[in-house]
Amino acid sequence: MSDYKLIGHNYITPDLVAKVTGQAKYAEDVRADGMLVCRLLGSPMPHARVRRIDASAALAMPGVRAILTADDLPVPPVAAAPSPPPAPGTSPAPAARSGAAGEGGRRGQRAIAVDEHGQPIGGAAPTPAAAAPAGTLVKAEAALTMEPLYEGEPILAIAAVDEPTAVAAIERIAIDFEPLPFVVDPLEGLRPGSPNARREGNVLLQGNRIVELKWTDADFAAAALGQLPAGAVPDGDAWSFGDVDAGFTDAALVVDESFVIPTTSHIPLEPRSAMAYWQNGKLYMHCSTQSLAQSVPAIARYCGISPSQVVLISPYTGGAFGGKNPAYLHVAIPALLAKKTGQPVMMKITRDDEMNIGRSRPGMIGRAKVGFAKDGRITAIDLFVVSDGGPYGRGDHGSGARLASVLYQPKAMRFRGVGVLTNTVPRGSQRGPGMQIAPAMELVISKAARTLGIDQVAIHRINAPAGKAPVGPPQRDGSRRYVTSAFVKEALDKGADLFGWHERKAASGTRHGSKVRGVGVAVGTYSAGSVGYDGLLTIEPDGKLYIQSGCGHLGTNSVFDTTRAAAEALDMPWDKVVITQGDSTRNLPWSCSQGGSQTAHAHTRANWAAGLDAKRKLQEIAAKDLGGRAEDYTVGGERVYRTGAPGRGLTFAQAAKRAIDLGGAYDGHELPSEINAMTKASATALAGRGLMGVAKDTFKHDGDTMSFVAGFAEVEVDVETGEFAVVDYTAVVDVGTVLHPRNCQGQTYGGSLLGMAHAIGHRWVYDRHYGLALARRFYHSKPPSLLDAPRFQWAAVNLPDPETPVGVRGVGEPPVGAAYGAVVNALVDALGDDAFRRTPVMADSVLASFEAGGKPARGALAFHV
Amino acid sequence: MAVIRGSMPSFELFQPTSVDAALALIGRHGAAARILGGGLDTFDALQDRVVQPAALVDLGGIAELQGIREVGGGLEIGAMTTLAEIARHPIVQSQFAVLARAAGAVGSPQIRNQGTLGGNVSQSTRCWYYRSGWTCYRAGGNSCFADTPTAVNREHAIFDLDRCVAVNPSDTAPALVALDAQMVVRSSRGERVVAAEDYFLGPDIDITRMTILDAGDLLTAIRVPATWAGAHFQFEKVRDRKVWDFPLVNIATAMKMSNGIIRDIRLVVNAVAARPRRLHEVENAVRGKPRDAATATLAGELAIKGAQPLRHNTYKVALTRNLVQRAIRG
Repeated sequence: MSDYKLIGHNYITPDLVAKVTGQAKYAEDVRADGMLVCRLLGSPMPHARVRRIDASAALAMPGVRAILTADDLPVPPVAAAPSPPPAPGTSPAPAARSGAAGEGGRRGQRAIAVDEHGQPIGGAAPTPAAAAPAGTLVKAEAALTMEPLYEGEPILAIAAVDEPTAVAAIERIAIDFEPLPFVVDPLEGLRPGSPNARREGNVLLQGNRIVELKWTDADFAAAALGQLPAGAVPDGDAWSFGDVDAGFTDAALVVDESFVIPTTSHIPLEPRSAMAYWQNGKLYMHCSTQSLAQSVPAIARYCGISPSQVVLISPYTGGAFGGKNPAYLHVAIPALLAKKTGQPVMMKITRDDEMNIGRSRPGMIGRAKVGFAKDGRITAIDLFVVSDGGPYGRGDHGSGARLASVLYQPKAMRFRGVGVLTNTVPRGSQRGPGMQIAPAMELVISKAARTLGIDQVAIHRINAPAGKAPVGPPQRDGSRRYVTSAFVKEALDKGADLFGWHERKAASGTRHGSKVRGVGVAVGTYSAGSVGYDGLLTIEPDGKLYIQSGCGHLGTNSVFDTTRAAAEALDMPWDKVVITQGDSTRNLPWSCSQGGSQTAHAHTRANWAAGLDAKRKLQEIAAKDLGGRAEDYTVGGERVYRTGAPGRGLTFAQAAKRAIDLGGAYDGHELPSEINAMTKASATALAGRGLMGVAKDTFKHDGDTMSFVAGFAEVEVDVETGEFAVVDYTAVVDVGTVLHPRNCQGQTYGGSLLGMAHAIGHRWVYDRHYGLALARRFYHSKPPSLLDAPRFQWAAVNLPDPETPVGVRGVGEPPVGAAYGAVVNALVDALGDDAFRRTPVMADSVLASFEAGGKPARGALAFHV
Repeated sequence: MAVIRGSMPSFELFQPTSVDAALALIGRHGAAARILGGGLDTFDALQDRVVQPAALVDLGGIAELQGIREVGGGLEIGAMTTLAEIARHPIVQSQFAVLARAAGAVGSPQIRNQGTLGGNVSQSTRCWYYRSGWTCYRAGGNSCFADTPTAVNREHAIFDLDRCVAVNPSDTAPALVALDAQMVVRSSRGERVVAAEDYFLGPDIDITRMTILDAGDLLTAIRVPATWAGAHFQFEKVRDRKVWDFPLVNIATAMKMSNGIIRDIRLVVNAVAARPRRLHEVENAVRGKPRDAATATLAGELAIKGAQPLRHNTYKVALTRNLVQRAIRG
C-alpha cells in the first residue's frame, strides 16, 4: 500500500483554478441566443385541487411566450422518480425501479450491493401480503401538478423574455383552488379520524401503492406522555432476528426512550436551475446533478423521450447531498417549454423554490428499547420508528434500523416502522439516509453507560462491529448479510487517543462560572461502495493517458480521484493524465450514481480494471514486437519493457501507435461483451485513437461495503443563557485505504458538520393549523454557520478493505451520524440524562432543562416546532 | 391573483446626493417611496414581494449621512455609517463600548460592512408570519397568526403584547437607549430630535410600524451624548448561531460606579417586545446598591415582572432574568 505513487497522496484537482477564479460555469451561468426565462408558481396551500387556471391576462402580456401545466407533461412514469429509497431490508419493487434503467443502463449492470441511492438491495423474506398488493396505485411525483400536496408544489411555469416579465405574468394568473384536508405531523396522521395527506390514504407502500393506516385510541392511550405509541405497521416494515424476549429477560438493564428527530433541507449552494434547448431532435440539458452517466436515462424519463435524445452537460454541481440523484424531475419544465416555444429556456430556481422542491431529510420519532448486560454488551434492541414521508415518500426508518443493526451488533433485534405521508416538503435521500436514528439510539446507550458505570467509549467498543460483521434483517434463507470489513475498534482507540478522551472525560461536568462542559462519542456508518461499473481510457500517440470519467462532479471530487487508480495501475505520472468528464457527448463510460458513497469504491475498481486491461495490452504488444511472453514485460516510467532489461521496450507513445496499427481489441475496435451499452458506444467512438483500456469491474467482492467513523465531541454550555458551542470534534474514519487525504478530510469535515447541524439548530418549522412553512430563510431554518464549526481533527485507520483491489471504501456519508450522535451524547453529558427529547437542541431547550431543575423533559412528541 | 416570491419587483430608483434632495423625493412620493439604507431589511422584503414601492430612494450617495464626528465629548453618527465602521471606531470603542459591541454583534462581517446604524435601528420585525406575507395586524389585517394555539412563537414577545406579538430585532437599538442617544429626524417640515427611548413604537401606539418615522421622515443622524462616556458597559446577545442571526434576547447596560456602589444605571433589553425595553424599575431599585449577588437577584426578578410568555417562549423569561442578573453582577 505504501508504495502507491498516486493513491493516498494529495494532488491538485483539475477543477481547482476554474472554481476559485469563478470561471467554472454552473447551469444558471449558461446563456444561449434567444433564451427565455421561466419561473414556477407554487401552491399557496398544503393540499388542494386546482379547479381552474385562468392565465389569459398573463399570456396576453408582451414578452410572455408560453405556459406549462401538468397537462403538458409526458404520461407519468410508473417509477417513483427521485423519491426516498426503498426501506432497506425489504424487497425492491421491480416495477418501481425499472424506469431507472434506460438505454445504457441495463438492470444487470446495476450495483449488486446497493441501488441508485446507495441502499442495499435484497433482504427480508416477502410477506404473504406482497402476493396481492394492497392499496391504491397512485402516480409518482411529477414536475407540475393539479393536486398540490404541499405548500410550494409547482402548479405551472411561465416562460417569458426575461425574469421580471415571467414573474409579473404569474402574478396575473388566477387559480381557483378547492382546499383539501391536510396533515403536517405524521403522528397526528396516525390518530383515529385524522385527515390523510392524500386522498388515497396516509401510508405509501412499495410500488407506489397507498393505504390508510390509523392507530386506535387504545394504542395512543397505552403510551405515556412523551413515549411513542406502538400501533400497527405495514407488512414489510417489520423484521426481527434472534430471541428478542430472551435478550430483555437476560439483560442487567433495559432502557426505553423516545426521541424526535427534525426534518432538514439539503440546501445545496446551487439551486436546481436548468437550461434546455433542442437541436436536431435532441434535448440539450444544462443542469446540476449527482451523476453524469445515470442522469441521462433519468432525464429522458422525466421528459418522455429516449436516452439517445438527451445531451447532458454538467461539468460542475454546487452541492447535492442526495437531492439531485439522478438529476431532478423538474428538468422536464425547461425542456418542454423549450420544445413548445422553439427557444432555449432557463428555469430559474430561487432559494424559496429550492426550499420547496429541493428535497429534505425525513424527520422521525424513534423509540428504542435496548437491553444491556452488566458489561454493556447489547443483548436486544426493540426499535420502533415513525418517519415523516412527506407527500411522496416512505421515510428513512428502514435504513435507520439497518444502520443500527450493524453499528451496535445486537444479539437480537426487532424492528417495526411506518412512514406516514404528510403535506410538507418532499423527502429524499439526504447524505446518510437513516443516520438520523443516531440520537434515538445514542441517548439510550449513553444513559446505560452512566447507569452501569461504563465509559462511553468502552460501551461503544464492546458493541462495535468487527471484521465481516452481520448487517441488516434476515434474508429469505434466514441468514444475515455481512459487511466486507469493519475496523471500528481501531477507530475508537485511535480517536480516543487523538481527542484526549480520558483527560477530557475527567474534566467534564465541572462548572467554570456559568459554563459546563460535556464530552460524547458515537460511531457512524453508511454503505460505501458498489461494484460492476466500467472503466475506459486511452493511451494515445502523444504519450498521454486519457481517462474518461462518467461520474458526476458534485463537489466530492470522486470524479477525478477515482481515475488515479487507472494511472496508478499504469505507473503513469499524473501530469500526463487528461480527464474528460461532465458532458454526455464526450464518450464517457457507464458509471455509478454519486449517491450512497459508492463512487470511491466503485470507480477505483472500474479504473483499476481499465488500467490493468491497458497494462495487459501494453505487455502483449511488447511481446509481439520484441519477443517473449507478455508476462515477461514490466510497465513503468511511461514504458513497457522486458523485465530486467529496461532498454528492450517501447514508450507509451510507441505502444499507442502500434495499438492503432494492430487494431482489434488494442485500439478499441473490438470490445469486451460484458461492458454496458453506454460504455460500448463511447469506446466505439474513441476506437483508433490509441491503446484502449476498457473493462467492467468483475473483481471479487464478498459482503456489503460499508464505512465507519468514530466521532468525539466536546461541548461547552452556558447554563444561564442556554447557549452552547461544540468546541472540539475529532473524527477517525475507517474508509479502507485513503484515496486522496485532503479530499477525505474535506468529506469528513463536511459530513460531520452536517451531522452536527441536526443536533444544534437546523430545522423545518410548520404552522400546523395552516399547514404552511415558517422557516423559509436561513436565519429561520438555521443551518450552522462557519463560526458554529468546532476545532476539527481527523485521522484515518487506513487499513485496506480486503474485498476490493485497491482497498478503498467511500467516505461521504458515514461521518454524518457519528457527529450527530457524538454531539447529542456530549450535550447529555453536560446537561444530564433526560434533559431533552428532541433535536435540534437550542438555547430554549437547554434553559428549560435548567429551569426544570433537572426534571426530565417529557413534552409531546410534536414535529416541525 | 397568484403569489410568487424570490424576485425583485420593478421600481423607480432614485440616488440623491443631498438630504434635501432625498427629502424632496420622499415628500413627492409619500407612502409609495421606500428608503434604502444598507438594504439588509429592504432587499429581503423586496425579494419576497411583500413590499412593492413605486420609488426606492437610495441614501448611499449622500455624504452628509456618513461618518462619525466628535461633538462636545459625545458623538454624532451619520445614519448611513456602517456597523463595521462603528464597531471599529476608536472613540466608540473607548468611550461608548456598549455601542461598539452591539454593532459588532449584528449579523455577519458582510452584513456589518453593508448594514448601517440608521437601518439597524429602523428595521422592521423579523416575525416569520409577517415577513412571509401573512395578512396580520402589522400588515394591515385583523389577526395575529403568531399568537394562536398552534402558532410557533419561540422568537416572539413576552412583554407588552397588544394584538401583535412581534419583537424588535435590533442589536444597536438597546445600546443607543442605554446611552441616552438622540435621534435626529428631518422632513420637509424641518428637523426634530427625539430620545432613542421614544424613537420606537409598540403596537399599542401604532401596530403597523416600529419607529416614529412617518412617510416623508428621514433619520439623518444619531447623537450620543457625553453623559455616559467611559461608564461601565455591558452588551450581551444570545442567539442560536454564532454568526448571521438575530437575538433571542439581547441586553445593553451603562453603569456608573463608585466604591462598589451603583450610582447610576440604564438597562435595556431587546427582542422581548416590539420596542427595546428599558428597565426603569430595575434601574430605580439598584441605584445606590452594591454590585453584588443580592442586588443581581433583586434586579433579575424585577426585570421579568409582568412577563406574559407565549406557548413556545417561556424560556425568554428565564433568559431575561439571567441576563439582567449577569449585567448587574458583572
